[in-house]
Amino acid sequence: MRSVSTLIRTRRTNLVDILIILFIIAASITCVVPFLYMISLSLSSNNAIISQKVTLWPVDFTIETYKAILSDNDMIYSLGYSVVLTILYTIICMLLTICAAYPLTKKKLSGRNFILTVMIITMYFSGGLIPDYILVKDLQLINTMWSLILPGALSVFNLIILKTFFESLPESLEESAAIDGCNDLGTLVRIVLPLSLPSIATLSLFYAVGRWNGFQDALFYVTEENLYPIQLKLYQIITANQQIEGEGSIGAYIVPESLKAASVMFATVPILLIYPKLQKYFVEGVMLGAIKG
Amino acid sequence: MKAVLNNLRDNISIKRKNSIVLSIKRNYLLYLLLLLPMVYIILFKYGPLYGVLMAFQDYNIFEGISGSEWVGLDVFKYIFDQNSFYRALKNTLVLNFLDLVAGFPAPIILAILLNELRYVRFKKAAQTVLYLPHFLSWVIIGGMAYLMFSSGGMVNNLITSLGFDKVDFLSQKTNWIIMYIAIGVWQNAGWGTILYLAAMTGINKELYEAADIDGCSRPRKIWHITLPGIKATVMILLILQIGRMVSIGFDRPYVLGNSLVIEYSDVISTYVYRVGIGSGDFSQATAVGLFQSVVGLVFLLGANYLAKKMGEQGIW
Repeated sequence: MRSVSTLIRTRRTNLVDILIILFIIAASITCVVPFLYMISLSLSSNNAIISQKVTLWPVDFTIETYKAILSDNDMIYSLGYSVVLTILYTIICMLLTICAAYPLTKKKLSGRNFILTVMIITMYFSGGLIPDYILVKDLQLINTMWSLILPGALSVFNLIILKTFFESLPESLEESAAIDGCNDLGTLVRIVLPLSLPSIATLSLFYAVGRWNGFQDALFYVTEENLYPIQLKLYQIITANQQIEGEGSIGAYIVPESLKAASVMFATVPILLIYPKLQKYFVEGVMLGAIKG
Repeated sequence: MKAVLNNLRDNISIKRKNSIVLSIKRNYLLYLLLLLPMVYIILFKYGPLYGVLMAFQDYNIFEGISGSEWVGLDVFKYIFDQNSFYRALKNTLVLNFLDLVAGFPAPIILAILLNELRYVRFKKAAQTVLYLPHFLSWVIIGGMAYLMFSSGGMVNNLITSLGFDKVDFLSQKTNWIIMYIAIGVWQNAGWGTILYLAAMTGINKELYEAADIDGCSRPRKIWHITLPGIKATVMILLILQIGRMVSIGFDRPYVLGNSLVIEYSDVISTYVYRVGIGSGDFSQATAVGLFQSVVGLVFLLGANYLAKKMGEQGIW
C-alpha cells in the first residue's frame, strides 16, 4: 500500500513542477525571440523599422530586402565560397585526423608514445597569434583560401577522440583481416573506417561547424573582399554604420537594419537546416570526448 | 668471461637496433600514414615557436627573424611600462572572473531543473531549443545583439513604450560588461548542461526512491543526492575553467566590443591583434602573446596540481 501511495505522490504535478516548467519555457523563449525578431525585421519596410513599430511581427510586409540580397552577387558569392571552403577544409581535416589516429592505436608501433606526446603538447602551449600570422605570411598564404584551411587542419583533441573510438573496436576483427592477407592500409579502409562512420560523421561536423563559424583567422589572413568567407562578410555588413558613425564621415552608404537582419538570417539558415542532425552528433561527440577526459 | 659478456651485450644492442628497423620495415605503411600528420604538426604547430624569437628582437618585417636585431628583454620591459597592456590584462581577468561567477553555475542550475522535469517530450524539445545558441558564430550573436539592444532596437522600443527612458545597453561601460556576461550565459548555459545531465543519469535511482520513502523534500534530494552525484564533473570543469583564466577567445570580445566601451572590452587577444596586425609592432604583440601562453600554462598546471591535492581526479 505504502509503495503505491508514494508512487502516486511522486507522479502528481505540484507547484514546484509548474514553476520549473515556466522557467524552462522562459529560457527557451530567449533562445527563439532573437530569430523571430530577425525574421520580422528582414520582412519589414525601413520606414516601419525607423519609426520603431517592429517587434516580433513584420510591419508593412515586404520581401524587397531578400530580393536585394539575392541580386547582390557579393553575398551569394561569399555564401557559396564558404560552402566550398567548409567542405574542402572538412575533407582535409578528416584525412589528417584519420591518418594520425589509426597508426597511433597500434601498440606494436615503436615511438608511438613519443609521437603522441609531441602532438598533445601543442594542445597546451602555442606560440600565439602573431607567430602563427608570421608563419602564414612566410608561407605566402595570406589572401589565399589555404590560409583558412591549413593552420587549423588537425585538431589534436579530435584526434584523441577518434583514436579512443578506434581502440574500442574489437581487435579480433583486425586480426582476422590480417590472416586473410589484408595489410594495415587495407584493414583501415575495409574494416575500421566502415565501422567508424558515426564517429567520422561527428568529427566532420565538429570541423565543419568550426570552419563555418570561424571569424578570427579570416579577419587576420584575408584582406581581399572577394575572398571573404560568410562571417567576415556579415561582420562587414553589420558594422558598416557603426564605423561610419565612429569616423564621422558623412555621405557613405548606410546599410538599413532590415538588410542586416536578412544577412544574419542568411548566415544562420545553413546551420538551422542541418541543426537536428548536428545536435544529435554533437552530443555524442561531447560524450566521446568526456570519456577520454 | 668478460669478452663473452661484452659480446652478448653487443648482440643485444644490435638486436634492439634491428628490432626498431624491423618495426619500421614491418609497419612501413603505418609510418607512411603518420608521415603527413607529423609533417603537418611540426610545420604548423612547432613552426610558429620559431616566431616566438620576435619577442626578444626589434623585429623588422623586411629583415625577417634571422636579420633582425636582438634586444634581450627590452620588449618585455617596454610592455610592462604600458598602461594599455595592464588595461588589457585587467579586462581579461575581470571578464573571465565574472564569466566564472555567472557562467559556471548557470548550466548546473539549468541541468538540475531539466533533470527534475517529468515530461520527456517537453524536456527533449526544451533541450533542442536551449542547445541552439551554441551553434551560432559570435558574429551572428553580435549582429543579433546589436539589432535587438541598440537605441532603435526591440528592447528599447519596449522600454520606451512602457514609459521608461532608453538604456544604452551596448555603449555604456558597466551595461556593456553586464551584456557581455549575460550573452555568454545565454550562449553556453544550455549546451553546458550536457555533461551534467549525463552524470545525473549515472546516479542510482534507488537513492531517490529511498529518499521518497523517508519523506525527503525535493530540495533535500537535490542537495543530498543530485549534487554529490555530479561533484566530480563539476570539479573537473571548474579546474579547466580556472586554468583558462588568463586566456580569452578573440571573437566574443572583438565582435561585442565597440569604440565606446574599449576601456572595458580591450582584452589580451584583441590587444595583440591591434598592436601586431593593426600597427605592425610584431615584437610587442608576440611578447604579449608569449606572456599569455606562459602564464596560462602555469595557471593550468597549478589548477591541476591543486585538484589532485584535494583528492580529485586531475585532467591528466
